[in-house]
Amino acid sequence: MTGTTGTETVLGAPAERREGREKVTGTARYAAEYDGPARAHAWPVPATVARGRVTAVDAGPALALPGVLAVLTHENAPRLAEPDDPILAVLQNPRVPHRGWFVALVVAESLEAAREGADAVRVAYEAEPHDVTLTASHPDAYTPENANGGYPAVREHGDPDAAFAAAEVRVDVEYRVPPLHNHPMEPHASTARWDEGHLVVRTSSQGTGPVRAALAKVFELPEERITVSAEHVGGGFGSKGTPRPDVVLAAMAARHTGRTVTVAFPRRRLPAVVGHRAPTLHRLRLGAGRDGGLVSLSHEVTTHSSRIKEFVEQAAVPARVMYAAPHLRSVHRVVRLDVPTPSWMRAPGESPGMYALESAMDELAAELGVDPVELRVRNEPAADPDTGRPFSSRHLVECLREGARRFGWAARDPRPRSGAAGALLIGTGVAAATYPVMAAPSRASAWALPDGTFLVRVNATDIGTGARTVLAQVAADALGVPLDRVGIEVGSTELPAAPLAGGSSGTASWGWAVHEACARLADRLTTLPGPVPEAGLGAHADTAGQADAESRYSRHAFGAHFAEVAVDTVTGEVRVRRMLGVYAAGRILNARTARSQFVGGMTMGLGMALTEGSHLDPAFGDFAESDLASYHVPAHADVTDIEAHWLQEDDPHLNPMGSKGIGEIGIVGSAAAIGNAVHHATGIRFRELPLTPDRVLTGLLAHEAPPGTFGG
Amino acid sequence: MDSHDTGAAPAPPHSETTLRVNGEPRTLDLDHRRVLLDLLREDLGLTGAKKGCDHGQCGACTVLVDGRRVNSCLLLAVTLDGAEVTTVEGLAGHGGDPHPLQRAFLERDAFQCGYCTPGQICSAVGMLAEAAAGHPSHVTDPAAPSGEPVELVRAEIRERLSGNLCRCGAYPRIADAVEDVI
Repeated sequence: MTGTTGTETVLGAPAERREGREKVTGTARYAAEYDGPARAHAWPVPATVARGRVTAVDAGPALALPGVLAVLTHENAPRLAEPDDPILAVLQNPRVPHRGWFVALVVAESLEAAREGADAVRVAYEAEPHDVTLTASHPDAYTPENANGGYPAVREHGDPDAAFAAAEVRVDVEYRVPPLHNHPMEPHASTARWDEGHLVVRTSSQGTGPVRAALAKVFELPEERITVSAEHVGGGFGSKGTPRPDVVLAAMAARHTGRTVTVAFPRRRLPAVVGHRAPTLHRLRLGAGRDGGLVSLSHEVTTHSSRIKEFVEQAAVPARVMYAAPHLRSVHRVVRLDVPTPSWMRAPGESPGMYALESAMDELAAELGVDPVELRVRNEPAADPDTGRPFSSRHLVECLREGARRFGWAARDPRPRSGAAGALLIGTGVAAATYPVMAAPSRASAWALPDGTFLVRVNATDIGTGARTVLAQVAADALGVPLDRVGIEVGSTELPAAPLAGGSSGTASWGWAVHEACARLADRLTTLPGPVPEAGLGAHADTAGQADAESRYSRHAFGAHFAEVAVDTVTGEVRVRRMLGVYAAGRILNARTARSQFVGGMTMGLGMALTEGSHLDPAFGDFAESDLASYHVPAHADVTDIEAHWLQEDDPHLNPMGSKGIGEIGIVGSAAAIGNAVHHATGIRFRELPLTPDRVLTGLLAHEAPPGTFGG
Repeated sequence: MDSHDTGAAPAPPHSETTLRVNGEPRTLDLDHRRVLLDLLREDLGLTGAKKGCDHGQCGACTVLVDGRRVNSCLLLAVTLDGAEVTTVEGLAGHGGDPHPLQRAFLERDAFQCGYCTPGQICSAVGMLAEAAAGHPSHVTDPAAPSGEPVELVRAEIRERLSGNLCRCGAYPRIADAVEDVI
């Protein structure tokens, strides 16, 4: 089952990243780094009203500038067929669905000229009143059919209201998670050229297959006439999961000017056009017996989407899988506002949902006087609480126990504010993590070459996960050959079709096909009468019908996060002293790159807890924190000690490698662990992220001197 | 709305400028608006220095100018006549052997997507020199003797590299890699 055909397995080994040398020497090329001086550059012009329409564009001043080649607007840009994703219908009509929507694109000989040109374009608007403010009681809130991922918006078992009303212990609390931005280090960028009717694109994307499909649709071309590649991608975290406007704009500009054109979005433009994690307003109602057993669990989420697209952050979905509550409700509601379109950000749904659920579990533990690790153990379900299916494997309790042991949880004094040290309050917290197991059909080919080496071809995308490396390991194992004899090609639509790097499903999907192709090749080689022919010997695989087959099991990864914080009572600053995660995620295929992914996810969870937060300005209708100076992602100084561990988990119901996805679970629950540690440190429940000094200091002051005690 | 009269528009101000880049003299006729980062990437094809924000907020564009680390997106190239510029492409030793920090980054898996990596490495090279020259940081003990080399304990490394963001969260491994070469 594990694909081990030789005496030694390289699956699980800490193999070094294959593209590592290019990355540390600066020779790895990203989407905006092709075609050199001959190309033109384009700079977008964002709408400056939150709702309305463009009434006039004066491109004259821009066109008069030296080096400006063209100004594309809805009046002259190439006509596109209707895309599946409406965010790609750029420069097609005068409608402004939100502030920051692009209304023009300036193409010029140089970056400087393009930028100056974009500043010089004069756009007149007819503005309409707008509404960008999400409230739980918004009159336009409605219950959609589905949330993101195809999950039903509503699931209900039993009578959660009656069970809650009758429960011995009740927690009824609300949490808020603000809009969050992916901000991969490489801004979205595409370089495009038309070569005798063939569209050639370099793009920064998590999957070139979906990019090609979208381009084929809007430009009405057969896919064979489009080549899309993404050799190196500077992170995505969901925001490059599907094509974004940069690639359509680059292709339009290249067609319009007859030049190779690069569109690299300025950092400040990203929040409005590449998707964001939508804000979520949570109401949690937990009813339990005195023994801690949940009788009722209700998680209701209200979120926003834009006017042009319904995207519903599936934040109540993890409540369907976590705990054994006989009366269980999970509900999503959404309000369509004049806001930028939200999309995927690392662990959409699980990340904000588990912040709320795991914070509420901590509140319940405090209410009951039960250890929060123990409370979770007591509510461990025997089967999936929503579907009733058995879990293919579930080792949450083991993760909690192992994490508690490694973290030194037993020595914890459970009383809030028991860890004062001078001006600092020290506290510790725990939260659980979960992420679903997903896989999609993929193709791959494997070739034996006459020199004794092998070549594996699959249109996987390596966005920093180490996909090249781990797929080569899968191949080497299936072929029973040393790792250094396996070459791998990824990142181009010229390769066998494969799904995108998203939903923590890349390695499972691609690896499955690579395993199948290599296993077939190994079979062919055993019956090959002579040497490998000059042209090589190939084998192909397509996992359609396998990878997407319905399983009778509920398949999820689980984990536990522990955090220790120090809260400065003078400044209100929270610092995370250490974080520790333990995961049960099937077989870990590369110990080195897996650790980096887990730690990376936890670091993003640290940011979500303490520093990351965005606001929609009610007057201007745009994100107030649009760049890296105002939207604070964690920096070196914020990250002191983060450890990731995993359990050996053998699960025969997954894929030939026995793996679960690991790219997202690190961010799930980590913010709750930090928030729970802040409660332990301070005795105060903060129910809105991030835990910035202003918020924490206000809470501390109110705690010391409640309003009214001295004129407050 | 295509421009048909670009020839009539006056060219933006430009000047001939000579820099030494990775040891080679390079003379260019530069648009005064050209920043060092774009000169490296667009004019010289040295795309190791990355554009993450173009505003000095992320550090991905960090290179060394006359031995000191700078955000190359914030420096107008025309002001650097005669300067010595070292980019990530110029760190390798004679014979092309990677710099010890480059090797340490590889060995520690101190990156994922790799986009911040050249900036992290150049920043670390500059930081090591600053500490050796006795430059204090926010976390340096105020009682430490002035001008003496600063011992690069982990808190010093983290503090001094905080101008280089990594969204993949490789920070602990980066600190490990820097410790390996101290």
